[in-house]
Amino acid sequence: MRNIIITPMLAGAVAFGLMSAVDARPVQYDLPEETAELAPGPGLDVVQGNCGACHSADYITTQPRNFRDPAAFWQAEVTKMRHVYGAPIDESDVPAIVAYLAATYGR
Amino acid sequence: MTMFNRRHALHLAAGLGLAGVATARAQTITLPFANGERPLVQYPQKRPLIRLTSRPPQLETPFSVFGEGVITPNDAFFVRYHLSGNVPPQDLDPETYRLAVTGRVTRPLSLSLAEIKALPATEVVAVHQCSGNSRGFSEPRVGGGQAAHGLMGNALWRGVTLKSVLERAGIASGAVEVSFNGLDEPPAPDTPDFTKSLRLDHATDGQVMLAWAMNGADLPVLNGYPLRLVVPGYFGTYWVKHLHEITVLDKPSDSFWMASAYRVPDNDCACVPAGAPAGPTRPIGKFNIRSFITAPAEAGRVAAGRPVTVTGIAFDGGTGIAKVEVSADGGRRWVDARLETALSRYSFRRFAVEVTLPAGVHGLMARATSTAGETQPMEARWNPAGYMRNVVETVTVTAA
Repeated sequence: MRNIIITPMLAGAVAFGLMSAVDARPVQYDLPEETAELAPGPGLDVVQGNCGACHSADYITTQPRNFRDPAAFWQAEVTKMRHVYGAPIDESDVPAIVAYLAATYGR
Repeated sequence: MTMFNRRHALHLAAGLGLAGVATARAQTITLPFANGERPLVQYPQKRPLIRLTSRPPQLETPFSVFGEGVITPNDAFFVRYHLSGNVPPQDLDPETYRLAVTGRVTRPLSLSLAEIKALPATEVVAVHQCSGNSRGFSEPRVGGGQAAHGLMGNALWRGVTLKSVLERAGIASGAVEVSFNGLDEPPAPDTPDFTKSLRLDHATDGQVMLAWAMNGADLPVLNGYPLRLVVPGYFGTYWVKHLHEITVLDKPSDSFWMASAYRVPDNDCACVPAGAPAGPTRPIGKFNIRSFITAPAEAGRVAAGRPVTVTGIAFDGGTGIAKVEVSADGGRRWVDARLETALSRYSFRRFAVEVTLPAGVHGLMARATSTAGETQPMEARWNPAGYMRNVVETVTVTAA
């Protein structure tokens, strides 16, 4: 890998962060608050209690809609979360979660 | 195609919108696909960016940034995490941070940041792009992060070669792969940790870098402070952030993120017929070639009957851009654009060409060709994960 010369254009584009190389203090970084919320509906509490443990609501709300079979899309997502990503979701909660998601974020 | 051509509509919510005080309620941006409305949110060290998700954070760069210069500023650079545990890592302390190098090595290492920075430094300008950049345009749509074109950026990375660090550790016999782990953690006990690996010959090619700086400053926290992997020409999934463990393996990694995720159909186009299963797969690898018109903007108005300068950017997986052609008539006739000097073969390369448009609505297209002869398809390819979009994109303008 050759070193490159930083052209004036490049130097002008440099944006310095909050920390400099000589500042060796521990870094505090506070994320802005979560603002996305799930819409009301039957099963909301089950969805919040399970899905919300690992990710924010916008992981759900930004997904595509209008699938030919919304329940199949959301069933596959919940199955993936349980079996692929190891989400500790009780099997007995799955029907309520899928029903809420398909009804609320299916169209 | 009309759905792709709608303007990235930026609109202010009632009564708000002062620059610099953006909050989630202050501004939204609507990406040009269904269910594409997103808040613009300002994070520490960042300008207001398109928030895809909060926990873990995923932030997209507004497309207009790519027209401002060939380098993407740190405060505009996209953010993508996988797992919400320890994100961003707590108690990041450059004094106590250590990089462990273990596994099939003769001298296991535990390097401080100061020790890493004392090694001979190297630099490269390279594009960083998420595998799922532009996934929101997949048709039919697929699940996953629904992004427009803003999960990419081009930066000057500074660090040390992975090769030099591995040489210090000494590769032991039987080594075949090198695995990388960051400080981010799984949110649940059974969630697979995010680790990635490279074949030993790739890891020691002298191109792969452990970077502590981008564009002349420390890495922003959300871009991997204090150290991240830089894999020039390869999709961002390999660019592990907050890197703290390097493990030399004597067999291929069985990490979920290599063996099951981030895989593409194992054929020349990494594609299958729309809606079909992936079939046999391989790990995603190098970027395919892409180009974007950055000016005029989508839905822009230009003067009719007078030369209009069309500018944009192109990049590929590292062979370099040989040619960019521009069409002003939807792809029937093409003219060669001028190429600006390449900052490196891994960098965005800017192009420009003048076109004269009669009054009316026109579709402007750019099509790049690499020095290896790779070019962009006119029809979008499809795969179930929505990876590797590189179709010739269209910008619709009105000449009057």
